[in-house]
Amino acid sequence: MLNIQNIYKTFNIGTINEKTALNGASLTLNEGDFVTVIGGNGAGKSTLLNAVAGTWFVDEGSILIDNVDVTKMPEHKRAQFLGRVFQDPMMGTAATMGIDENLALAARRGQRRGLGTGISKAEREHYMELLTELDLGLENRLTSKVGLLSGGQRQALTLLMATLKKPKLLLLDEHTAALDPKTAAKVLALSDKIVAEHNLTTLMVTHNMRDAIAHGNRLIMMNEGRVMLDISGKEKKSLTVDDLLSKFEEVSGEEFANDQALLSK
Amino acid sequence: MDISNLLSAMPGAISQGLIWGIMAIGVYITYKIQDVADLTVDGTMSLGGAVCILMLTNGQNIWVAVIAATLAGMLAGLVTGIFHTWMGIPVILAGILTQLGLYSINLKILGGKANQAISADNYDLIISLRYVKGVPFYRNTILIVAIFVVAIIGILYWFFGTERGCSIRATGCNPNMSRAQGINTNFNTVLGLMLSNGIVGLASALYSQYQGFADVNAGRGAIVIGLAAVIIGGVIFEKIFHNFALKLLAVALGAVIYYIVLQIVIWLGLDSNYLKLLSALVVAVFLAFPHWKQKYMAKPVKKGANGNA
Repeated sequence: MLNIQNIYKTFNIGTINEKTALNGASLTLNEGDFVTVIGGNGAGKSTLLNAVAGTWFVDEGSILIDNVDVTKMPEHKRAQFLGRVFQDPMMGTAATMGIDENLALAARRGQRRGLGTGISKAEREHYMELLTELDLGLENRLTSKVGLLSGGQRQALTLLMATLKKPKLLLLDEHTAALDPKTAAKVLALSDKIVAEHNLTTLMVTHNMRDAIAHGNRLIMMNEGRVMLDISGKEKKSLTVDDLLSKFEEVSGEEFANDQALLSK
Repeated sequence: MDISNLLSAMPGAISQGLIWGIMAIGVYITYKIQDVADLTVDGTMSLGGAVCILMLTNGQNIWVAVIAATLAGMLAGLVTGIFHTWMGIPVILAGILTQLGLYSINLKILGGKANQAISADNYDLIISLRYVKGVPFYRNTILIVAIFVVAIIGILYWFFGTERGCSIRATGCNPNMSRAQGINTNFNTVLGLMLSNGIVGLASALYSQYQGFADVNAGRGAIVIGLAAVIIGGVIFEKIFHNFALKLLAVALGAVIYYIVLQIVIWLGLDSNYLKLLSALVVAVFLAFPHWKQKYMAKPVKKGANGNA
């Protein structure tokens, strides 16, 4: 489904801030894989997701989504294959537009946008049902501006938008990191539910080791812009945080450094 | 200080206000919907009139001339859009570059002269300052410009409700989200700039007819007048006008209020050379309000609830 081959990305080339964020990263996802991504500070987790999403082009290597080479495809064109939820709850929705309008924008991902109506009555009714299922009290606020919602509500809505039109690949970029623990747990549970329901191939970055172990069928750990560990199947099921930490030290020869991850251990 | 002088100047002020209201609706599209400050309009506000008069003196129908002015405005928007998206120039600078370039083009269109007259006696103009009073009501300039305003608001209301229109609004609000939802933000930015400048070109064509001449300096400071109208309309009507069409109407009314106030200030005896200074200061103060409000009257806001609504 996703085939990343040997990608490189260096930011601020030739300046004092030069940083190699991806250093020959490779990863293959099979259809239906739910992969959690974990790694230290600056390991390249989010960079990997942005490379797939096309926020910028990689310097070297190639990216294939469902056998389509998207390496040089601009971000808005790639979007037809992807559902994305960002770390910042502000980033995934249009604050000055209504909940219904945001959903209608997402429903047209990958389609030509012409002079047809931006949102139809039938669509509104459909969205109302979906929001009722979501059970966040949003179904009666269909035309409310998204800017009025809480961070958790916005992330849940972004998740709904990302999957409204079934994506070939769902990218979750630390999408619960900015939420309080209770809300984070709720949004994670919702993510699990939606992924299972639609059998979505998913790549989820998280800073929380326990979450990384508890969710998905496969776990990868990144370090210095490369995938260092790839654990799946039975091994993944019986994994503990301590296992992970010691495995990390084994492969990288250094201690795991991610303040957030260690604090939330 | 005879009040009757002021009253007799009112129909003219209202007409001008409505014409500039059309222009301000163009500014609203870029400034409020697209969240960019497009300075191209200073050039476009001269360009439309110049094109209109060139067409008229070449024997074209007045409506053809107005449409040509609108298209010329769109072309100016396209140039700024290309400067910005394809050449990566910050949008304010892109607008200034187009505006400067347009000065030469406008001079060329006007045959190398700073202005060119067009008399309502020789041409069948849609509007004129001579049609403000003493003509049958259906020829009255205020009515005709008001119809233009309503028609433009109607078209924009429809357009911004379409798929493309919604995607332009999303682009202005959150470009990251828009791209993630498959929206070509560069294309939409250019399209919005074209739409905005097309409307300004139309306003310019109407303004030149109203005044009876096209002037290469007609658009100087147009962006400030447009912003003034957007801000005045917003401040006065924000509590009662929530619908998008009404918000656009508020902008047009903001321009009318601006011109009425201007007329009053002139009537009070202010040297009209100071008008642009006055406009600039008024807009500066109004633009500062949100900043001051945030800085000195800030209340704690719930996390996640403070989007840029």
